[in-house]
Order: sequence, then C-alpha cells, then structure tokens
Amino acid sequence: MSRRVTLNLGFQGNTRDVTVVIPDDEPTPWQWGERLSVVGKPTPRVDGPLKATGAAHYTYDIELPGMLYGAILRSPRPHARIRNIDLSAAEHLDGVRAVLALEDREIRFAGQEVAAVAAISSDLAADALKLIKVDYEKMPFVVDMDRAMADFAPRVFGSGSNVGRTSTSSVGNVARGLEVAANTIEAAYTTAVQTHVCLETHGAVASFNAARDQLTVWCSTQGVFSVRDDLAVYFSLPPDNVRVVCEFLGGGFGSKFGATPEMIVAARLAGATGVPVKVMLPRGDEHRSTGNRPNSEQKVKLGVDRDGKLTAIDLVQRGSGGIGGGAGSAGPFKSIYRCANIRTEERNIYTNAGPASPMRAPGWPQGCFALELAMDEMARKAGIDRLEFRRRNSDNPVRAAEYEIGARAFGWAEKNSSPKSSGAFKRGVGVASAEWHAVGVPGPEAQVIAHRDGAVEVRVGTQDIGTGTRTILAIVAAEELGLPVDRVKSEIGDTRFLFSVPSGGSLSAPSNTPAVRQAAAHLKDKLFRIAAPILGAEPDDLEASDGFIRVRTNPSRSLAFADVCKRIPGDSISAQGERVANYEGFRTDQAGCQFAEVEVDTETGIVRVTHVVAVHDAGRIIDPLMARSQVNGGILMGIGFALFENRRMDPMLGIMVNPTMDDYKLLGSLDVPRIDVTFFEVANGITNTGVMGLGEVAHVASAAAVACAVYDAIGVPVRSLPITPDRVLAALGRA
Amino acid sequence: MSKKTLVEATINGETVEFLCEPRQSLLETLRDVLELTGSKEGCLTGDCGACTVLVDGRPVCSCLMLGVEAQGKNIVTVEGLAINGVLHVLQNKFLEHAALQCGICTPGFLISAKSLLDRNPKPTEHEVRYALAGNLCRCTGYDKIVKAVLDAAADIRSQGEGKAAAR
Repeated sequence: MSRRVTLNLGFQGNTRDVTVVIPDDEPTPWQWGERLSVVGKPTPRVDGPLKATGAAHYTYDIELPGMLYGAILRSPRPHARIRNIDLSAAEHLDGVRAVLALEDREIRFAGQEVAAVAAISSDLAADALKLIKVDYEKMPFVVDMDRAMADFAPRVFGSGSNVGRTSTSSVGNVARGLEVAANTIEAAYTTAVQTHVCLETHGAVASFNAARDQLTVWCSTQGVFSVRDDLAVYFSLPPDNVRVVCEFLGGGFGSKFGATPEMIVAARLAGATGVPVKVMLPRGDEHRSTGNRPNSEQKVKLGVDRDGKLTAIDLVQRGSGGIGGGAGSAGPFKSIYRCANIRTEERNIYTNAGPASPMRAPGWPQGCFALELAMDEMARKAGIDRLEFRRRNSDNPVRAAEYEIGARAFGWAEKNSSPKSSGAFKRGVGVASAEWHAVGVPGPEAQVIAHRDGAVEVRVGTQDIGTGTRTILAIVAAEELGLPVDRVKSEIGDTRFLFSVPSGGSLSAPSNTPAVRQAAAHLKDKLFRIAAPILGAEPDDLEASDGFIRVRTNPSRSLAFADVCKRIPGDSISAQGERVANYEGFRTDQAGCQFAEVEVDTETGIVRVTHVVAVHDAGRIIDPLMARSQVNGGILMGIGFALFENRRMDPMLGIMVNPTMDDYKLLGSLDVPRIDVTFFEVANGITNTGVMGLGEVAHVASAAAVACAVYDAIGVPVRSLPITPDRVLAALGRA
Repeated sequence: MSKKTLVEATINGETVEFLCEPRQSLLETLRDVLELTGSKEGCLTGDCGACTVLVDGRPVCSCLMLGVEAQGKNIVTVEGLAINGVLHVLQNKFLEHAALQCGICTPGFLISAKSLLDRNPKPTEHEVRYALAGNLCRCTGYDKIVKAVLDAAADIRSQGEGKAAAR
C-alpha cells in the first residue's frame, strides 16, 4: 500500500526531481517553493506566557503532599575504597526519614555518589549528610591526561590501562598525500573540558505506589522514554508500571539522557519512605558529576598541492572524558572537506574525573576548531585567501551558496583585506564550516485530537528541552488542518503519550514533526468524512484552509472547522500518525558556515567577539523565531568554549577547583557580539516536513571561527582553547 | 529544627505574614513557604541571577538574602509583573522577540530589566547590557533579551507620551 511521487527538491537555482515511494496514508512531502500558511512564519512560543510569568512548573517546582527532600553525599576524594560507612548519626537526626549507602565501594572521581538521605526539609537533608561518617582508604589518582598516559600512572580502573583502544579510520594514503604536497603544515591543538551548565540542574521527584507497584518520576530529562526504560530495568518493573513526566525542562545540551543517579536515588528513597522524594543537585555537583565535553589534544597534518587542493588530512587525537569515554573528535576531519587521503586516530584516556556525557555535537566543536585553524595556517603558508581555500576544497553545493551569502552579509572581502591597526587593538576575521546530519529517525508516534468545541490537541511523548518543541508541533498540525496556531495545543513530556525519541542529537524537530503531520492528515480525513455529506461532496474533494473545510473546486461551499467538530458524535475524534523511515531526498548532510570578527587588546590579551554571521541549512524552517534562538544559543556556547570555559582540576588534590557559575566563566550580556543569522532553505524531501534539527550544527563552527579570527588579528595562531589573555600574550611574546 | 520567626512583608503588592526559619534564604521562603516558585534557583551563590527579585525597588539575588530580612520590605517577584492576567510590557516583548528558550533564567532577567526601566526609562544598549550582567543564560543568549528590553523601554515611553497627549 504505497504510492510513487515525484518531488521537486533542492534550493534556489539548484532543484531536481526525485521520485520516492511513500506509504499510502502519508502526506506528500513539502517540496521546493511550496507556499504554506503558518509554517515558516514567525510564531511566538506557545508556552511563552507560562515561562514569562513564572507559572511554568519545572521539576524543581513540583511539590507533592508529604514530599521529602533528598540529598546525595559525594566523595571528596578522587580515588578511594570505602572501608566503612556509618549512617547512624544521620539516621538519628530529627526529621530524617531515610538514609542509604550506595553500593559502589570504589570511588573513581571526586563527586561520585556515596550515600543519600531523605528528610523533611532540604536544609535538614544537608545537615544529615554532614553526619554520615565515611572511612575512605585513599588510592593513588590521576586527573591530568598526559600523566595518565605514563607507564607508572595510577590506574583509574584497576584492571586495565588508562589508555583506551585506538579508533582509526583511513581513506587513500596519507603518507603519499603528504609526500606529493606542495605545502604541508603540522601543528598540535588542544581544547579544555567544557561542562554543560544547564540553568536547571539535574533533579527528580519520585513517587512509589507500592500497592500498584507503580513508579512515577518527574524529572529534568531530554528523554522521558529513555528514563522510563532505564528505571524499569533498574527496579525490575514492567515499563508500563513506570511513568516519567517532564513538563518543562531547563536545558540539557546532551547531559540529561536516561536515568541518571539522582533519579535512581529519588526513586529508592521514595520506595524506602513510602512518600514522594525530591532530589535536586546543587550547582557544584552539577559541574563535577553530571557530564562534560572531554578535552582534546589533536595533532594535525595537512598537505596541499599547487592549486590549493588538499592532498592529505592526518589527525592523531586523544582526549579524556574522565572515567567516561567518547572523547573522539575526528568527525569534521572526515567529512567537511574533500580530500583523497584522510587518516584519523582517536584515543580515550581515562582519568579520575567526572564522566563525559554527550554535549552539543559530541566531538565536533573540538575537531572543527583544530581543523579550521589548521586550514588557516595552511592557507597563510600557501598564500591563498582563506575563504577561497575552503571553497576549493568543499564540494557541497549548499555550503558553496552559504559561503557567498555569509561573505556578503559579513563584508568578508573588505574586512579580510583591510590592514591591521598599528595600535594596541587588533581586529581580525575568521570563517569556519559547520556540518551535521540532523535528518531524524523513525519511531515517534503522534496523536492529534479534535474536540467538539473545535479545539485541537497534539500529543507526543517528546519533551521540550527549551527549543520550542510544543510550538513547532502545534504549527505543523495547524498547517495540515488549515487552522491558526492558537487553535492547537501541544501536550508533551509524559510517557503516557505515544512514544518519541530523546531530544538530543538534533533529533526532535525532524523526528517528531513528520509524525504530527501524518496524524493531522489522518484526522483531517476523518473530519472530511463528517463534512462530505453536508457539503454534498466526496471526502477526497475537500480541503482544509483558513479555518474552513471546503470543496476544492467550489470554495464557496464550506463549513467552519469548528462547525464540523460540532458534529463529532462523542466528545472528540482522534487520529495517530507515525514517523516513517527517511526517503532518499535531496541531500542528507547539512551544511553551514559562520564568520566571526574579533578585537584583540594586545596589551591585556583580552579578546572580544564583535560580530558573528551564521548561515545555516535546516531544511524547512517551521518557526524562524525559535530557529534563530537556537542558532544564537549555539554561537554563544561556542564563544564560551573559545574564550572562557575550562573545567580546571587540581592535580594535587584531584578535585575541580572552579565548580561555580562564577569561577567557571560563562558568557554574559556584555560579552555578546552582534549576531546575524540567515537560514538557507533547502527542500530536502527526506520526510513529509523536510525539517532538519539545528541544535548541533549551529554550534559546531562557532569556536573555530573565533579562533581563526584571533589568528588573523594577531598573526599568530593560539592553538589552545580557551583563548585566555595569558595565552594571547604568550602567543604575542613568541611573535 | 530551629525556632521559626514571624515576618511581615509586602509581596507583589499584598501585605503577608509568614513563618520562616532563621537560616532559610528569601528564595527558599518565597518558593517553599509562600509557594511563589517563579523565582528560580540556579546556583545559590549569587552568580546566575535566576532568583532575582526586587527588594524596595532594588534587584537582589534572593538566594543571598535571608527570609527574615524581608521584614518590612516591599518585594516584587516575577509573579507580580502581570496585573490581573495582563502581561507586563517586558513580558510581552520577551515573547515577541523570542527572548527565552528553556525559561529558567527568564524570571530573573525580567526582574533585572524592570528594575532598570523603573530607574532609567531611556537606557542605551550598553546600559541594558550592564544592568543584565548579573543574569546568566545558557540557551538563547542575550541578544534577543537586550532587544526585548530596549523595545519595551521604547513602548513604555510612547505610552507615556500618548497619555500625556490625551490629557
């Protein structure tokens, strides 16, 4: 039961027909140039008023009758064996309801969970933690990546080496590519550990209904279903007996997938006490224990021929995600630029520090920084304009068009050729290329409901990490049903709704919108069947637009959408839709580029970013207001990565020395440049909406563009992030 | 548990009496005792500004002030911005400019912005940025927030002129 459709796909000046087979009940994918009524128009966030009045309830705001407050004791030691835990004093404190020692007896980082309490107030819970006596047997530790690699280094995991297995990839022959090159460069680049710093820390409220064996957890998560599945396994419950709710979420950036320790602790304490328990992490614990972007050291070799074409790209990389892995950064090296000879080698190094977790395009911002600064060093050596060098080595037509748009908006030609000032302030410009593959996945299902009063509801088991998921789902349903957006309400963030995927990896928009569109199309068919006899037409002859259902060939014969709803026999009528597998489409990759201008004070070493131009392809933009916010956010987190952010560990004590929001430097309102965002719309036809995610691609190139601009400004590459004043001054000292 | 203290304060225009422990912060008091959860906790160290409230017109990190210190003070929280369900112009401008994403920092930004506009109805862009320097945002960034505040200021001024002309 499928049909063949020919879609006109692509972008301005570059479209082609692609024939795809789609299921019968699937709406035809939106094509190039298709005019839509609400999709693509700026729509303010539908849940904005709740957030702007303080009425939105986040996990932290949930209060249940009889609820207790949980707190977690964490190891102050980076590596130790627990000989004994004495809970008795804590248990005897007035107001304490439960104390539990966690099972792990070997501590591998300062901040690892050791014990937990539940008490009638958060202050009392904190008091109780201080009464728990832990007898640690100290063990040797290592928090520095270089030291961890030494033969005599203390082992993070007793059984194995601190140096993980090498992951390699190779295309062509890099040695030969370097041999035949007219010019080569070789340099090492480093990046620091960055933490996610979600404004809302990790946390959960858990409630156990023992009679029904039912666990309900309200939590700050990017994946209600992944949390449900993890908790079901942990507590040996059928998944149906676990309900996970996340109505509002204060950021995640990759750190909030699955059941994290505080959720399990909250659920265990709730089980032990028989009443709901809330556990919210303090900021310091958030910094130390809930994940980070690993650091990196990247040794890069590039070769180019006389025409400025890359002949070799070689990366030898290592990075440490503490006791976790996933430190690789080879992605950009393998795919942004065209080269016949590419070799990459990545290694995870284990250290006694908090585990890494995915963070906004895992590995790519690190890799993009090293690759793009190396590209600039190569361009300078070979005497080629940096933008032209990139053009010559990219075969992506979308990126080629984006370079032109960005260069014009930024004023690249003038800014790049203007002489550097002779004074203390030096201006410089840089450009970097972004890439991601936010095409989404099948799996999500959606339900769309029309009520008798004409109101429409969308229900999906996704969650809004902050990007505007509720809003874009309402827009897509409104589009399909021919309604204004304010007639549609989105209900998300609950495993009682149909399944959806986690909000990460830029999956949300491209995975959920097609399911919602299909569900809305199915609902529309049902409403057409109600309206058809009244309008004296066949259901197939009807269309929905401007709040009416009308006969396509005779638009004067119409019924208001709400009037059709009045004829719903019961209270409501609903339909489901599913996200089917991706079609062949136009392109599955996603290109972008960012231009940055900086001003460097060569006397103090302080770098200020003054202007950023971002050009991005996100397929079809559903809501430019929300999309622009995403890009702004990606850029700012990238500038933070480039200039400020650095989780610092004390090598002698093995602890994080800056676990606050002051000592760990974040961008503030005075650090923000002018940002201009252009969306380069591509009708990709991969799904019925053709939407791509934006969260990652908007962040990949930001730090790189800034680093390249600093190089341009001072004439010396600063090869280590963050580009702090001391590093700038050191670079100038060498110059 | 320590003895609770009776405190009387004006909160969002209403005189209220409440009991709080001497060690409870104003933020905890607002959230846990008065159930005003609009003020958010981001750090408890006065770094992020998510808990910002107005105390006698001045922006204060409520996590750094004790509940008992609210005695006799006039306090405005984000819940006090909209009047009878009508949003404050700053709230409207934040929505219009999409100046929020996850929304945890938003109440603090709104309060800091209100404090600025109450004192200085005609701020320059730099003055807006300076006034918001104590509030951190990790999602949207500050660009749209600054534009929303400038736009709100312009709106308030033109309303004022409109009223003057009507007289």
